[in-house]
Amino acid sequence: MSITPEEVLKIANLARLQIKPDEVEQYAKDLSNIIHLVEQMNAVDTKDIQPMAHPLDATQRLREDEVKEENQREKFQTIAPAAEQGLYLVPKVIE
Amino acid sequence: MYDLSVSQLAEGLRNGDFSSVELTQHCVERMQKFSDLNAFITELGERAILQAQNADKLIKEKNHGPLTGVPIATKDIFCMYGVKTSCGSKMLDSFIAPYDATVTHKLDQAGCVTLGRTNMDEFAMGSSNETSYYGPVKNPWNKDYVPGGSSGGSAAAVAARIAPLATGTDTGGSIRQPAALCGITGLKPTYGRVSRYGMIAYASSLDQGGPFGASAEDCAYLLQAMAGFDEKDSTSLDKAVPDYTQSLNDSIKGKVIGIPEEYFSEGLGVGVKEIIQTAITWYEQQGCEIKSISLPNTDLAIPAYYVIAPAECSSNLSRYDGVRFGYRCDDPKDMRDLYDRSRSEAFGDEVKRRIMIGTYALSAGYYDAYYLKAQQIRHLISDDFKKAFEQVDVILGPTTPEPAFKIGEKTNDPVTMYLSDIYTISINLAGLPAISIPCGQQGGLPVGMQLIGNYFAEETLLNFAHQYQLDTDWHQQIPPGFNE
Amino acid sequence: MQWETVIGLEIHVQLATQSKIFSGASTAYGAEPNTQACAVDLGLPGVLPVLNKEAVKMAAMFGFAVDATVAERSVFARKNYFYPDSPKGYQISQFELPIVEHGKLEIVLNNGECKTIGITRAHLEEDAGKSLHEEFPDSTGIDLNRCGTPLIEIVSEPDMRSAEEAVAYMKKIHSIVRYLGISDGNMQEGSFRCDANVSMRPKGQKEFGTRTETKNLNSFRFVERAINHEIERQIDVLEDGGEVVQETRLYDANKDETRSMRSKEEANDYRYFPDPDLLPVVINSEELEAIKKELPELPAAKNARFKQSYELNDYDAENLVMDKDTADYFENIVNVGNVKAKLAANWVLGELTAALNQHDIEIMNSPVSAKMMSELLIRIEDNTLSNKIAKEVFHAMWAGEGSVDEIIEAKGLKQITDSSEIEALVDQVIADNPEQVEQYKSGKDKVFGFFVGQVMKLSKGKANPQQVNELLKAKLQ
Repeated sequence: MSITPEEVLKIANLARLQIKPDEVEQYAKDLSNIIHLVEQMNAVDTKDIQPMAHPLDATQRLREDEVKEENQREKFQTIAPAAEQGLYLVPKVIE
Repeated sequence: MYDLSVSQLAEGLRNGDFSSVELTQHCVERMQKFSDLNAFITELGERAILQAQNADKLIKEKNHGPLTGVPIATKDIFCMYGVKTSCGSKMLDSFIAPYDATVTHKLDQAGCVTLGRTNMDEFAMGSSNETSYYGPVKNPWNKDYVPGGSSGGSAAAVAARIAPLATGTDTGGSIRQPAALCGITGLKPTYGRVSRYGMIAYASSLDQGGPFGASAEDCAYLLQAMAGFDEKDSTSLDKAVPDYTQSLNDSIKGKVIGIPEEYFSEGLGVGVKEIIQTAITWYEQQGCEIKSISLPNTDLAIPAYYVIAPAECSSNLSRYDGVRFGYRCDDPKDMRDLYDRSRSEAFGDEVKRRIMIGTYALSAGYYDAYYLKAQQIRHLISDDFKKAFEQVDVILGPTTPEPAFKIGEKTNDPVTMYLSDIYTISINLAGLPAISIPCGQQGGLPVGMQLIGNYFAEETLLNFAHQYQLDTDWHQQIPPGFNE
Repeated sequence: MQWETVIGLEIHVQLATQSKIFSGASTAYGAEPNTQACAVDLGLPGVLPVLNKEAVKMAAMFGFAVDATVAERSVFARKNYFYPDSPKGYQISQFELPIVEHGKLEIVLNNGECKTIGITRAHLEEDAGKSLHEEFPDSTGIDLNRCGTPLIEIVSEPDMRSAEEAVAYMKKIHSIVRYLGISDGNMQEGSFRCDANVSMRPKGQKEFGTRTETKNLNSFRFVERAINHEIERQIDVLEDGGEVVQETRLYDANKDETRSMRSKEEANDYRYFPDPDLLPVVINSEELEAIKKELPELPAAKNARFKQSYELNDYDAENLVMDKDTADYFENIVNVGNVKAKLAANWVLGELTAALNQHDIEIMNSPVSAKMMSELLIRIEDNTLSNKIAKEVFHAMWAGEGSVDEIIEAKGLKQITDSSEIEALVDQVIADNPEQVEQYKSGKDKVFGFFVGQVMKLSKGKANPQQVNELLKAKLQ
């Protein structure tokens, strides 16, 4: 299957990436090539094969319910692009 | 001093032959002298000297371990408190990490002296170090060639004998492939052996940190310091860490080595094939049993990887949104604009491609055909290895099909670039440990062989590699121009 | 046309853990912005989640309380979407394998009818932060303290047919989580909130109509109003020959209306996949049994016990057990304060509930504590206060004027039980009303009430009514 320029824009929208009009064709071509590579998977029948999400057959370890973190707001917000009065600032959001 | 092994350095420091400050100064000078390799994103010379002074004090007080005062280069993917941690991306060019990765902390505890932060492919996505925002790294063996990737800066720094040790991460071959291309030793541990906390994620179910060194013995020292259970990482395994230097000298006689036929088929370069055959013969002469095996789903590893890794990365990289840290575009007019422009302006092409492929593979209507299918293939690949390890102790093959390629040679064709990881990727999908060690040269460029072990068999791999290195000197070869 | 309403609810319940679901930051409410958002909550590069044991246990407890299957193996997934209060660009939730499935709950309606509502699933997930729109003129401020607070999202079957049923169901869930102690259920603070899916279909039709989802309803009253509003709106649309659009709507309590939330509309493709940073959560059958054994008494069992031990009627028992704090308050008065059960029930469900409702106060914050209430009721039992005067004292206590005895003393409200004192009052009333005495003696029994009233009035309500009765009867013979 090939990825069309329209699909490139749709995926870019979901991924919050801006693709310039003159780049769309190239992305469509590159992504289609990758999808062709990926579709070699179709050569094997995987019916009844369990999907493997994780390399090790382990289970989730559980943490005790204890507060271990202290306030580090100052430290964290010195690296923020925009913060004021302890809040992270973003352009006005209309809900 | 640059050509000494880790154990020789440790001994020299202990005996007072030289101090850590002297050793560090020597390394810092080499780092500056060979800066044209572009192996480092951030040089930490002054900080390193302070660390070295502290190490000297500890050594004097006899309060030291084998790595106290030993310089190291760390991949710019491990968060380091108060130091820029860029992950090779414009996105994090301004990111001064507010915390330490577990690996960073452990290396601190071990007394290592950090010389600098090494260059890498952007967010570890690449096989040549050409996707770095900070420009490509040059291969010390020939500066027209790539060092491999994504941990290219670390591999180049060790190959050029700037640092005796370096850290790397390996998601599809990012330690082993650059180790092979730069003629050094690099180990990718079992998934879960080294904590991923603070190691900036590319593909969470595949990423694993590991060591680079000139030799397997050097790698054993560094792995010792890096490995271990971490309660901050749910995927780290609560399993005791053995003493990796203990088993280096064990006999390998009578051990069974599997040779996967699929790794020697048409894609493998003739020159590399011959070199690997020579290595196999060496092991045979040591009394190992050589056994032909099959890993029938090898060809499916790259296709499955290029679904799973992009899928995970598309989600992992969503946090780079210009809100709390990292790059933010100028004057965003609304939230949408903030996201779109911050991400588009700060991510490079390869990162965008992988985010888009992953987004596509997970999106409604395609999940089963791509993501689920890839996870099923992953199971088949893992089962191939399980079957193989019922018969053999280690699996041996080439690390890469060819030695290093020229800078710029494959940048226009992503798929061709992807195929250079054919022998390394399936190991990540299965979560197994593997090591690459130098075993020859072709046209003045190093060739590496890969030894693959069963789960948590790092000791076995180091043992096999060390035995080979006791009898050969490929790992002691220093690129021309750097041996002075 | 006759329309039938179909309602399903998604209730979000914040779990009462000390720390976050995936980090060691505090979940305490009301802290300064971003002071309880640690590296993990902020989604800094490289951080990883580790699951809170207590959150898992609480979710399992809920499962058992609603007769559901608690999964021995559940899996966390990532729900991918960009929003400023979602720092990682995804929410860690459960998708294919939730921890709780196939539960049910019986609700009692106002007419006394019972109805069973199916619970499709309840899954564990992390809460998002908050966007503050009012603080800055051109910017929205983001507070991420709430990020990572553990939630269970309880998804009902589309089994409800009216706003009344929806509210009854929501109240029952509220009651259960409070009983289990897995949530403070505080709706003002957002610990318990609800999204309502509403659709209409012609009566008799099997297929569902197009539904809308109304978000973030944080009080029982809002749920009722929002649903009724939505029912009306949809019927209007349908009867005008239009079609209901599937969309997310927001209830505006100030305007009492729902409106479309366009910002949430675009391309909701959440791209769920198993979170590779977390492993499958496995609880073995022994651990599940242990959790089951620890379950506290639930409303149904408490109801039965109240009827048996305290000899309460259905009405009293049902209303007392509805809210665990109310039940605890009641039991406190009866067991610690040694007050008769019926008297205690009458006062808790009567005067106290009325005052709480009037002032919109939760019983746990009542200005008249259980201890104060039992002191008051003891003064009724020992005849210091009449029931009527006791109400006056109650309101004085509510207003913070002091303890029972202090108020009685200060206001001189002590009941007159001295018979000679009462006798003097009776004599005076008889002397002052010769006409009524004549009427009474001629057989007009009704006039007796008049005498009682006059004596009580004269005593300013303090005379013991029983003694007044007896003395009047004797004197008027």
